[in-house]
Amino acid sequence: MTLKTFGLDQFGFLLFSLQWTILLTVIALIGGGLLGFAVALARTSQLKPVRIAAATYIQIIQGIPVLMILFLSYYGLSLAGFELPPLFAAGASMTVYASGYLAEIWRGSIQAVPKQQWEASESLAMTRLQQYRYVILPQAMRISLPPTVGFAVQVVKNTSITSIIGFVELARAGQLINNATFQPFRVFLAVAALYFVVCYPLSQLSRLLERRLHAGSSR
Amino acid sequence: MPEVVVENVHKSFGALEVLKGVSLSVGRGEVFALIGRSGSGKSTLLRCMNGLEKINSGKIEIAGHALGGDAKALRKLRTDVGIVFQSYNLFPHLTVGENIMLAPRIVKDVAKTKAREVAREVLHLVGLSEKFDSYPDQLSGGQQQRVAIARSLAMRPKVMLFDEVTSALDPELTEEVLTVMENLARDGMTMILVTHEMGFARRVATQTIFMHKGRIWEQGPSAALFADPETPELRQFVKSDVK
Repeated sequence: MTLKTFGLDQFGFLLFSLQWTILLTVIALIGGGLLGFAVALARTSQLKPVRIAAATYIQIIQGIPVLMILFLSYYGLSLAGFELPPLFAAGASMTVYASGYLAEIWRGSIQAVPKQQWEASESLAMTRLQQYRYVILPQAMRISLPPTVGFAVQVVKNTSITSIIGFVELARAGQLINNATFQPFRVFLAVAALYFVVCYPLSQLSRLLERRLHAGSSR
Repeated sequence: MPEVVVENVHKSFGALEVLKGVSLSVGRGEVFALIGRSGSGKSTLLRCMNGLEKINSGKIEIAGHALGGDAKALRKLRTDVGIVFQSYNLFPHLTVGENIMLAPRIVKDVAKTKAREVAREVLHLVGLSEKFDSYPDQLSGGQQQRVAIARSLAMRPKVMLFDEVTSALDPELTEEVLTVMENLARDGMTMILVTHEMGFARRVATQTIFMHKGRIWEQGPSAALFADPETPELRQFVKSDVK
């Protein structure tokens, strides 16, 4: 058997696998976003037990490695009798992971809206739901944008961990090509470059948003 | 039938009792000024009147609503009682027009065209017709405060509460806000204001209440109260303001 070299075909395979990385990121951000939003609202609830439950959830997710969440969903689901493709376990664990962090980012953003905004809207006879919908969340969303985009960068990179359960995304594709070509430097440089190409614009966007926000303009 | 009745109200923050049995009664169209040193309880008393602070005991009735009911009853009360704050508290993500139309639209279900009409009318009242599409951060403090007053007025309140609304403003801007309030008073709005503007209280308020240590220390028609204070505390307070 002859060794292949790292050529256009191989790079094409990396590009193809990058799609899975991006898909996984999108799943994590949408799923984690929905779940995280609910947890963030629970975290700022007026009911103490609800607040405590949400805080506990966040603490647990942030307190264990993503890898454990991944193993738990991968092996846990199969032990429970579900035969599921790796994408499912990978998507589920990245969702749970993202939810824990997004919830905390958004909790902070909601609480960063001045207390007087609550008082003013309350004094205009709005219900709590209306306060959230029309006054608090639009402002919190603006505050949360830079850290949320910044966190998306973390998610992109952390999807590489799902390679461990055999999910072929960008990092796993790199390993596979390296096994066939044995040119680790070239291969992983290419992999790193692809991650960078995705992450760099995101970090720049996050910075831009932050500068805009701090420039004093409240719009 | 008075528009505002406060009966023997007590209010504590933890161990600190800030209102020690306060009673007063405000007739329709009257203007009451609450004066006193910081920590005398005047702002707390005002905030109790629309339920922003919960009282520990006593009774408050305002614009025909009793405080102390459920959330729905409280919202009902608040549609009839406007409040303006020291820090304006406009919604920064909405234009002036949207700030004013929001509550009538979503709380009172006023149709959009009607809400717009009302917004234009109250903006005209505070002399800011041309600012309908501006954002709050494009306005001066005095203009923002006038918009805040307009926002409250758009709900067609029966009583207006003002919590040190000019304290954050320089003298010139203070004047434009006070003018708006004076016009309101002249038009017969029932008003209660916490203020440090003694001249304004004396001129516009029908009654002035001097609060001291959580109690109503002295009360009377404004002119008489300022001209001839009975208690040494008020005498001292009025004197220290003149300097």
